[in-house]
Amino acid sequence: MPKDQGIGASTKRREDVRFLTGAGNYTDDINVHGQAYVHFLRSDVAHGTINGINTSAAEGMPGVVRIFTGADFEGVGGLPCGWQVTDKNGEPMQEPAHPVLAQGKVRHVGDPIAAVVADSLEEARNAAEAIELDITELDPVVDMKAAVAGGAKVHDDLSSNLCYDWQFGSETEAVEKAFAEAAHVTTLELVNQRMVANPMEPRVAVGDYSRANDESTLYTTSQNPHVIRLLMGAFVLGIPEHKLRVVAPDVGGGFGTKIFHYAEEAFCTFAAKACNRAVKWTASRSEAFMSDAHGRDHVTTIKLALDKDNNFTAVHTDTYANMGAYLSTFAPSVPTWLHGTLMAGNYKTPNVQVNVKAVFTTTVPVDAYRGAGRPEATFQLERVIDKAARELGLDPIALRRQNFVTQFPYATPVAVEYDTGDYHATMDKMEELIDVKGFAARRAESEKRGKLRGLGINCFIEACGIAPSNLVGQLGARAGLYDAATVRVNATGSISVMVGAHSHGQGHETAFPQVVAEMLGIDENMIDIVHGDSSKIPFGMGTYGSRSIAVCGSAMVRATEKIINKAKKIASHLLEASEADIELKDGQFSVAGTDKSVAWGDVTLAAYVPHNYPLEDIEPGLEETAFYDPANFTYPAGAYACEVEVDPDTGAVDLVAFVSADDFGNVINPMIVEGQVHGGIAQGIGQALLENCAYDENGQLLSASYMDYAMPRADDLPNMANYRVDHSCQTPCTHNPLGVKGCGEAGAIGSPPTVINAIVDALQSGGHKVDHIDMPATPQRVWEAMNG
Amino acid sequence: MAEVTMTVNGKSVTKSVKGNTLMTDFLREELRLTGTHVGCDTSQCGACVIHVNGQAVKSCTMFAAEADGAEVATIEGQANADGSLSVIQAAFQEHHGLQCGFCTPGMVMSAAALLKENPKPTEAEVRDYLEGNICRCTGYHNIVKAIMAASGQDVSSIAAE
Amino acid sequence: MYSFDMESPSTVADAAKALGQDEAQALGGGQTLIPTLKQRLASPSVLVSLAGIAEMKGVCTADDGSLAIGGGTTHATVAAEAGAYAALAALAGNIGDPAVRNRGTIGGSLANNDPSACYPSAALGSGATIVTNKREIAADDYFQGMFATALDEGEIITEVRFPVPEKASYMKFEQPASRFALVGVFVAKYADGVRVAVTGASEEGVYRWSEAEAALSANFSADAVPAAPSGDGMISDLHASGDYRAHLVGVMTKRAVAAAS
Repeated sequence: MPKDQGIGASTKRREDVRFLTGAGNYTDDINVHGQAYVHFLRSDVAHGTINGINTSAAEGMPGVVRIFTGADFEGVGGLPCGWQVTDKNGEPMQEPAHPVLAQGKVRHVGDPIAAVVADSLEEARNAAEAIELDITELDPVVDMKAAVAGGAKVHDDLSSNLCYDWQFGSETEAVEKAFAEAAHVTTLELVNQRMVANPMEPRVAVGDYSRANDESTLYTTSQNPHVIRLLMGAFVLGIPEHKLRVVAPDVGGGFGTKIFHYAEEAFCTFAAKACNRAVKWTASRSEAFMSDAHGRDHVTTIKLALDKDNNFTAVHTDTYANMGAYLSTFAPSVPTWLHGTLMAGNYKTPNVQVNVKAVFTTTVPVDAYRGAGRPEATFQLERVIDKAARELGLDPIALRRQNFVTQFPYATPVAVEYDTGDYHATMDKMEELIDVKGFAARRAESEKRGKLRGLGINCFIEACGIAPSNLVGQLGARAGLYDAATVRVNATGSISVMVGAHSHGQGHETAFPQVVAEMLGIDENMIDIVHGDSSKIPFGMGTYGSRSIAVCGSAMVRATEKIINKAKKIASHLLEASEADIELKDGQFSVAGTDKSVAWGDVTLAAYVPHNYPLEDIEPGLEETAFYDPANFTYPAGAYACEVEVDPDTGAVDLVAFVSADDFGNVINPMIVEGQVHGGIAQGIGQALLENCAYDENGQLLSASYMDYAMPRADDLPNMANYRVDHSCQTPCTHNPLGVKGCGEAGAIGSPPTVINAIVDALQSGGHKVDHIDMPATPQRVWEAMNG
Repeated sequence: MAEVTMTVNGKSVTKSVKGNTLMTDFLREELRLTGTHVGCDTSQCGACVIHVNGQAVKSCTMFAAEADGAEVATIEGQANADGSLSVIQAAFQEHHGLQCGFCTPGMVMSAAALLKENPKPTEAEVRDYLEGNICRCTGYHNIVKAIMAASGQDVSSIAAE
Repeated sequence: MYSFDMESPSTVADAAKALGQDEAQALGGGQTLIPTLKQRLASPSVLVSLAGIAEMKGVCTADDGSLAIGGGTTHATVAAEAGAYAALAALAGNIGDPAVRNRGTIGGSLANNDPSACYPSAALGSGATIVTNKREIAADDYFQGMFATALDEGEIITEVRFPVPEKASYMKFEQPASRFALVGVFVAKYADGVRVAVTGASEEGVYRWSEAEAALSANFSADAVPAAPSGDGMISDLHASGDYRAHLVGVMTKRAVAAAS
């Protein structure tokens, strides 16, 4: 019998009511009295020297409040990078300045040059058209390998376009020896294409300023308002935290791209004070394409060594990772610590070495996008394993199983220690769900209809619950990644939980109360979550990296434990019993072995109305805060499978079945967890088949709107009858109090190689000697692979 | 500026609008009905879908002046008279057909238009009808399920858990 | 958007007069024009909405048996009411998405002549007559390259007349992002021969594939469709090369012939 509330219940989401009735409060729904609007004049060339910006005509245009250029930001900080990578020679990465508005040069199409603040948006746009720019175009820097070979430099003050050359994992000598002694080596070159996260809500910022108390307020579409307050306050604008409030109200999706601190939000905060007037910016979708941080964009050569018994003996990778024109907030960490550390996958390969060259180009900055580094790692590893299986004539499932890690904890050659897992269990479940045994018959049926059918399978592991502060500090993080929660129990027993995590689709307002309700034995509806406002919450690092329940949820558990301890003290006083004898069950405090009890509400009332209260022993009030720093990452893992039908006449791929078997450890709300997997899988399928953020050789963005960037639609995804997501394999995390691992990114990590493996399998079944197809596997690419 | 009069969610509204005022801006800024969202500028995402004279339209690709004399329905007018969720809205909640909620108003309005035209759509018909509504969160699975459930069809046997 | 005024005449005559003003532009369903205005790629002083002109709306069968569709008729209406020409109704019912079909009009689509739009292939493939407030234009004379037509400034498409073929079909291979035609082929078999019109593929916009027409006029079967045309002169972009588009022209033509009914 499924539970109807508490941990494990599929409680329906309370936040849905406002979203379903149009009562949500997104940033663009906020208008501040008297606000002005800003329009950014952006570069339409990839690379150029700014010789002059003449704003004199524009300044006289109707409605113009003020026009800003880079000169207005001299002496103001640039946008900071939150992570420093040390290269293989022990040197720090090259870190360029990232001005709010371009200074001296423009470095990508979309780089903001000037900002026009006006009474209305149309007046701002009119005036922006009257700004005269004198820009000398420079050679664009688009191709990563060419960028490090020489030629134009994106940043003249850096020695080259190489941000860092990083090496990680096993010693070179050991890796070379393993390859030299290998019975078989499989090599694969592949591209993990550039993606755009595309949350449906474009970014918005509203800056406000109060002269009365010198306080700035920023309303912004952020996954982590406290991080924005810290970065913008301390590093860009020099506003002390107690004078800066950052609010992220309802946020319409993030997927990573709303983690970062952006120029536009710093600008609106700055300009509101400079103009003494609220300033609002709402990105158009076209603007989003050239100003939101992009994702992925790796080019990799991976080699896998196997011994004569088909045991993996070594993995070696060489990756070029695109940073774009500037270092976005967490950009350097993605190809390194979020990617290299996962390169062992689910396998006990003894030697793993990862090499990454991060490269500056004249393109939009690249940073974390759902999965961040882990999809790139999984794609390489699972594609090369599939290729090896084919070369050796082995069953791809058996080859994987043979090499699985089965003993836990397991320390990989790439720094992380998997605490728990059961990769055979998820593989078993996947085989059952996709019906591997019935595939031959389904393939024969497809062939009768002239279609090539393929089965693709894939395993993955990820590191979530980001992150143990001490460890990531050693790895270059400039801030710890703990989280915090305050549980405020009101006099009548209702509870507000202030959490540092931010919900922008994940359902925290429903799931987090389930945990507290379970611990206290009270109705979920007595508990509300407060998030997204730095003035209401002590601190928090926000939501990304599938961390909310594992890290912030753990903080909430710790704070609730403190509440229980104190409430028991109060109850023991009310019941005139020893504290050690007090038990809490179903919202009642009782004395063990007696029928004496007192209800939750009596205890909370006593805490705030302390007529009969041991004031000398306990402070009144019932509010506790806890900070939680995880001891390790969590390691969700899973096995996915899909089937495709390829139309040999056109190369079109029809995804006819998809199943996932995930191990997320314990699950708080199965309905919400499954929803997260659905969305992740759709984004992974989008990457595999549809999405491509493309630049031409001049650095012009070709896919700059939904006319050219193919978002997955309802009819691109498998039908309900042939689609299953399962999370019944559960090996609880060993080091957090809930035993949870995180589920937000799994789908996006596990699905791309699944789809490509299936397409290659389909083509091979038609006699086409195709080893690999780069993503997205468009009809043309598939058709050319068949006919090339 | 020209004066327009229309009925929005059953209430008559008269306002002066500029020729270039989009219907979305009219609803969001003039009437402060902010449930209708803008997710793109090329008429593809569908976050702005409303009904004009009973038909689903993209309010970002229509001028307010073009709605003069029209009956307009937005997400704010979809709940039952007593404030409870409509059948479609309730099905979206029951089947977890929304996450961040940004595309949701357009999805609900498209779903309502579909079920009016086609009270018992097949799964393929639902997926086809949603061609102009993009969701980035849900993978559509639970949206399709919710719409079929709202049409009175039993989705428990065909839908994945 | 730049600022402009909006006029909403209720007769073709008034619309023509309004379009005589400086920098006036007609607004059909707006499904292409409004996104263009948002990008500030057009700057009319006045937009003349054709939506209120009742005489430009509706579908009927003309005396000569052809299907007459008012220039202001939406795609949704054509999909619902052009049953007498099933292939045309099916084409209209698959343009864009339902909300777009409730606004977009046949006249607007043909006046814009987007090289990847569906309707131009139906008009050219059917040998339709484009009726304006000034004259009648044969489809063969009407389409003059990407976004170019025989229309004069201010000329309004009031009606399009489609001779109804014995058999016809339209096959669209969609561009995955815009869902416009990456390649679309309209095949129509008339008593006096077969017409094959291709959209989405050529740098010259919609065109007739004369080799296929000749072969199919002799033998209307998928096997008779000639080898795919050359990729020279075909659109090559982010989504497909000219060669791949040319290949698809062959495949889609065969499928259209096989599906024609």
